[in-house]
Amino acid sequence: MVGRERHAERPGHDRTSIESLGLWIFIASEAFLFLVLISTRFALVGFERPAELNQPLGAAVTAVLLSSSVSAYAATRALAGGEAGRFRLFVRLTLALGVVFLGGLALEWAEGFAAFPPARGYGSVFFTLTGFHGAHVLSGLVVLWLATRRARDPWPVRAAVRYWTFVDAVWLFIYPTLYLL
Amino acid sequence: MIRGLAGALAGYAVGAALVAAIRALTGVDPLAAEPLVVAGFPFALIGWLLGVGVWQAWAREWVGLDARPAAPPGWRRYFAYSTDHKVIGVQYLVTFTVIFLLAGLSALLLRVELAAPGQAILPPATYNQVMSLHGILMIAVAVSVIIAGFGNYLVPLLIGAEDMAFPRLNALSYWLIPPVALLLLTSTVLGGWDSGWTGYAPLSERNRVGQIFFNLSFILVGLSSIIGGLNFLVTIIRLRAPGMTWGRLPIFVWGIFLTSLMSAVFTQSVAVAMLLTLLDRVFGTGFFAAARGGSPLLYENLFWFYSHPAVYVMIIPGWVLALEVLPHFARRALFAYRWAVGGLAGVVALSGVVWIHHMFTSGVPFVFLPVFLATTELISIPTGVIFLSALGTLWLGRLWLRTPMLFAIAVFFNFLIGGITGIFLADVPTDVQLQDTYFVVAHFHYTIVGGEIFGLFAGIYYWFPKITGRMYDERLGQLHFWWMFIAFNLTFFPMFGLGLAGMNRRIADYDAALANTNLFVSIASFALGASFLVFLWNVIVSWTRGPMAQANPWRARTLEWQTSSPPPLENFPVPPTVVAGPYEYGTGRAHAVLGGAAGGDD
Repeated sequence: MVGRERHAERPGHDRTSIESLGLWIFIASEAFLFLVLISTRFALVGFERPAELNQPLGAAVTAVLLSSSVSAYAATRALAGGEAGRFRLFVRLTLALGVVFLGGLALEWAEGFAAFPPARGYGSVFFTLTGFHGAHVLSGLVVLWLATRRARDPWPVRAAVRYWTFVDAVWLFIYPTLYLL
Repeated sequence: MIRGLAGALAGYAVGAALVAAIRALTGVDPLAAEPLVVAGFPFALIGWLLGVGVWQAWAREWVGLDARPAAPPGWRRYFAYSTDHKVIGVQYLVTFTVIFLLAGLSALLLRVELAAPGQAILPPATYNQVMSLHGILMIAVAVSVIIAGFGNYLVPLLIGAEDMAFPRLNALSYWLIPPVALLLLTSTVLGGWDSGWTGYAPLSERNRVGQIFFNLSFILVGLSSIIGGLNFLVTIIRLRAPGMTWGRLPIFVWGIFLTSLMSAVFTQSVAVAMLLTLLDRVFGTGFFAAARGGSPLLYENLFWFYSHPAVYVMIIPGWVLALEVLPHFARRALFAYRWAVGGLAGVVALSGVVWIHHMFTSGVPFVFLPVFLATTELISIPTGVIFLSALGTLWLGRLWLRTPMLFAIAVFFNFLIGGITGIFLADVPTDVQLQDTYFVVAHFHYTIVGGEIFGLFAGIYYWFPKITGRMYDERLGQLHFWWMFIAFNLTFFPMFGLGLAGMNRRIADYDAALANTNLFVSIASFALGASFLVFLWNVIVSWTRGPMAQANPWRARTLEWQTSSPPPLENFPVPPTVVAGPYEYGTGRAHAVLGGAAGGDD
């Protein structure tokens, strides 16, 4: 609190631009985490892929997560336009799509546990990557919910949506890595 | 801090109970030690952080209460969750200096065992544990001490800011460090671990439970380092005083900026290596377990992809600290400032493409050997530029040989030896012979102790009057320098010979023919250890009873000397405006003026 107010007083030290840059660097740092995790797939099992993967389910959860990014963007537009009702609608839609994604992931885990167990090879990579990403989706949902609960200030909402979009974008790399290559 | 420990215990109980319950429900042995420790750990960590001050100073806002930042007066602020970058810098410096001295004592234990061949004062198993502990503690010190200690204290001062960009995050990154010390100590009680600081699989996967404390503490140091790096980047980009252009940044700030880039990016890789080891051990995944199709070589790649850049995270702050000291004591501008910044950037750029040179004998594909030999050799070009900048600054300067200057010059003397011997480790044919010998031990101690730690002491003496408001004793400082410099060289130089003669590192015994040199090294190492007693005496006596220091005892131009010693909470009574470069000696131009009225841009 103290530091926050002290800096805000100084000319040229706009708190939002400081926090925005911090968020971008945090996102870059997280991106490297996923880059390293994704690289283990190719180092460990090359392009090997089990036939038991549920391809329709994989495509479906991907579509769900992508549309959640669109609705999150629509929510920020509504907030900027001062349309409180539309804003709440799109936030709830985004949260719901995120929960559906996690549900689909749980289904995939239940199926995959027997077909390609986490004890070796592809299974190790699959459960670790989807587990890490799932934890990020969950944290993204919590952040989005906290930021939009009291939307007096547009910046926390924009920040939460930026993080959410990042988490969705990561899936755009994980999905082909696990399902298509 | 007591609240922190209570919070940690409560958190651990919650986490462990949760896991035990889940395991009991699914019908597996609910009280297996490792899952309890690993799952209890994040909860314990959160409990600790909330207890030491995150709750009071920060988290209360999340639930709609008013935050109550900790601001106890006097010395008690050094034990509180303070958000003042100067307090945090001192917390880091003192903590890591204490860890440095403890880890140094563990090295002396090793030298007792190595004083003569064939003895077992430390049984081999204990030797391996002490060697591992020495390694990881010193790595933690080397990665963090200058950047987190002096970086925190000085970067806001040097750029004319009031604090870091994220003061509460800054405090958080410091309070992640005490649990590391606690974890490593607990691990020793539980029988320790003996995989060295590299923790290679498959040993790390079969080792005693002590191993997971190593993995967890490594992740914590990494987390602290990432958060710190992020904070420095934002601070330096966004909070520079009016007129502080990139071309006027003191070289030390440039070094911290470039080092932070590396911390923020590469640390992920080692964190993943540690996490996957834990997953292998606790959840039975097969990343590094060769028996289940895993790849130990993958561990080495992930590990060194961070841990080679990590040596630049250690040495660049040491270099730039020395480069920062040289102009003020040579009364000349830093020679080839732009080229020096370019040299640092060149080292950073190359740091990510050399890691395989740690693995020449690990069975990597042959085609990698010449490629990584070449990229590694390329690093000597930007490094050479940095040396030219240092020598050019000294050349025809009027040298004022006070203690900080002596240490700063020694950085370049020692690093020259460390750098030249590195060439033999980058060249594949010689490396195949020298891998895992004392030649390697001598090489990296010359670079990190000779380079970074000598730089650290240059910084401690240089900024001692600024930080404490009192002057250190110059005669004792010079005694410490010469004693440490001579004993350091007597300790580590003979190790090159031991390595050439084939003495293996990390092993408690050696060929009887090497007895005399080893006895000599052991005696010299005790002399080196004793030199720190002079340092400690000087620091303790001067800090409590030394003469009061002036605001600017070195008559230096940079911003930290333009405010009182020690600086007030908000650093500068009026915000400074920067009007010229930081090292304008002999031109009569000031670097900055307090207040924005006079001056303006060139």
